[in-house]
Amino acid sequence: MADQNEKTKTDGTDEAGKAAEAATTEPQPSPLSDNGESEASRQHPWTEQSIDIPDGPIEETLSFETYPADQFEHDELGFDDDEAFDLLRSMLLQRRFENRCRQMYQRQKISGFLHLYIGQEAVSTGSVNAIRLGEDSIITAYRDHGMGLAMGIDPEDGMSELFGKRTGCSKGKGGSMHFFDHDRKMMGGHGIVGAHIPLSTGIAFAEKYQGTDNVCLCFFGDGAMHQGAFREACNLAGIYDLPIVFICENNQYAMGTAVDRAFAKPDLFKHGYNFDFPCSLASGMDVFSVNKAVGDHIESYAREGQPSMLEVRTYRYQGHSITDPADYRAEGELDERQSEDAIVRLQQYLINHDLATEDEIDALDDEVKQEVSDALDAADAADFPDEEAIYDDVYSQDDYPFIA
Amino acid sequence: MATLQFREALRAAMTEEMERDDDIFLIGEEVAEYDGAYKVSKGMLDQFGPQRVIDTPISELGFAGLGVGAAMNGLRPIVEFMTFNFSYVGFDQVVNNAPNVRYMSGGQFEMPIVFRGPNGAAGQLAATHSNSTEALYSNFPGLKVVSPSIPDDGKGLLKTAIREDDPVIFLESELMYGLKDEVSEEADYTIPLGSARVAREGSDVTIVAHSKSHHVAMDAAEQLAEKGYEAEVIDPRTIKPLDIDAIVESVVKTNRLVVIDESNPFASVASEITHRVQDRAFDYLDAPILRVTAPDVPAPYAPNLMDAYMPGADETVDKCLRVLYAE
Repeated sequence: MADQNEKTKTDGTDEAGKAAEAATTEPQPSPLSDNGESEASRQHPWTEQSIDIPDGPIEETLSFETYPADQFEHDELGFDDDEAFDLLRSMLLQRRFENRCRQMYQRQKISGFLHLYIGQEAVSTGSVNAIRLGEDSIITAYRDHGMGLAMGIDPEDGMSELFGKRTGCSKGKGGSMHFFDHDRKMMGGHGIVGAHIPLSTGIAFAEKYQGTDNVCLCFFGDGAMHQGAFREACNLAGIYDLPIVFICENNQYAMGTAVDRAFAKPDLFKHGYNFDFPCSLASGMDVFSVNKAVGDHIESYAREGQPSMLEVRTYRYQGHSITDPADYRAEGELDERQSEDAIVRLQQYLINHDLATEDEIDALDDEVKQEVSDALDAADAADFPDEEAIYDDVYSQDDYPFIA
Repeated sequence: MATLQFREALRAAMTEEMERDDDIFLIGEEVAEYDGAYKVSKGMLDQFGPQRVIDTPISELGFAGLGVGAAMNGLRPIVEFMTFNFSYVGFDQVVNNAPNVRYMSGGQFEMPIVFRGPNGAAGQLAATHSNSTEALYSNFPGLKVVSPSIPDDGKGLLKTAIREDDPVIFLESELMYGLKDEVSEEADYTIPLGSARVAREGSDVTIVAHSKSHHVAMDAAEQLAEKGYEAEVIDPRTIKPLDIDAIVESVVKTNRLVVIDESNPFASVASEITHRVQDRAFDYLDAPILRVTAPDVPAPYAPNLMDAYMPGADETVDKCLRVLYAE
């Protein structure tokens, strides 16, 4: 597509072919960088990539950081004893909340799609405890209840949303897949696989544009990485030096398709290498491993304007959604994975380190169950939105006159 | 008033708004170093720098989504599609994220974003490069769709679009970028969305047409005048919101309506206008409403076929004479 009305610039590429030191090409400075080099690049917009192909194979040495389970202690990560106990509270809240969601779906209090996060709670809790809540932002896909609760959405507001009530965290307009909390910078809750990944580049772009050092964590499943949106977002983040951590929550299944059936390269953390990102692999079955990995990626990379990629290996105990019996799983697979359960692991850790007794843990569980039960009662008692509310928030203007 | 090309009027709108508000930035393919594929953004990189006039790779899905995310987080992006044909590659962001985030978050997030660029046929570019997208995008609640026909409206409406807190699809035209006309230099010159312009007054027949078709309508009106019929020509200027009141008011006066729309006819802007007018002014109509549109085929390449594809003044005159029972 060439301009038809005015002649295009001629580009003087007299230096383009100058002998290159290597076949690989240094990336251009980001157009957003404030180092003055962008002006220079405007004077010399042509490619500096060599077209002289060197002899012999091009060899590279790759290195990827790992964060296995059972390697990290709470105090070395900066959690005091009470904070370690609070991690358990956060994870238990998510599990008890979602266990009741199952029940409420069966009782037809909750409708629509319901994707449960049970088994993956260490990922949300570990990550949220690595950010500056209210400054850094998180965006995720449709399996979003756990992340919302970990970020501090009140269980009453969450359950009310699932019940479709006006008091819900999205006023009953979003449902299970669309939890939002503007003030906590919970940027959703997005229902289309992979479609939210480009939004993370804009969220991070805005932080950089406004001169903050806030970062964005972008969570997505293994299945989302097949979407072109993932690749486009990674590339934009790379060229604009955006403060993002791309975090793949690899729960082993994209709906019913096992990860190793769907990927030509199932080591998902390596996919970030294509964009020159630092890439790591962490256990999602240990909250401390997640916290350490996410914390490292934020402080070493994102806050320095370097996008990066982290794969967190975890496991979804339930089916893809509430109506999926998960018959595609091998016999015994679930039991095997559940033996790695992150909540049990943390409970054991707290007991082994004399941070809590079994009785205290039981009491915490009872307390959390009561909190969820109260949330259910509140959601049940709340009103549905007024019928006129169907017209609210389509446009910014109240009483917008043009809705047909 | 200044005499400006359409592209210069659009540039003036963006420039004035970016001078007024630092949160506004322009992003798209070739908008910066290349000075815009159609030179709409010429010189803006020099004025605003690479932090605010930003080239992208060929990555519509990515940068349309970047715009949506930036709008959610406090900025006011202007996203340029080199043409709206390419918006289809980023369609999901334009129709499923931009207009829905406010609604499905219960109103927690604003979405002040403009997607702009040329729309519709632009000569012999064949099927993939000749799409008219106005009906398509108007079908999505939460979007606003603007389609000016003259430089002055282009400036006033683009300034308004940039100030909107809702996503706006701003449809320009490759063939009109060089069109020169008087443009207001008034400080803060804005035109509200949803306000039609009566470009020519007449009492015999109403012709409604937007964008390039507006100029077809004006030609047809001249020809009709030579035959002794005075056409009233209305340019809706914005497709959504649509100033149906202005159209109905005219039909009440003329009792006859012809709608020109270069889109393919099925479920088009012309269809919608036709429906609304029969709903609001059935008793005032003295003839069926007729449409002048592209045929229900993809856009061709051969020059004679392309001439047949595009709505023209002669066909418009014929249809007007039919509703006037003057054939």
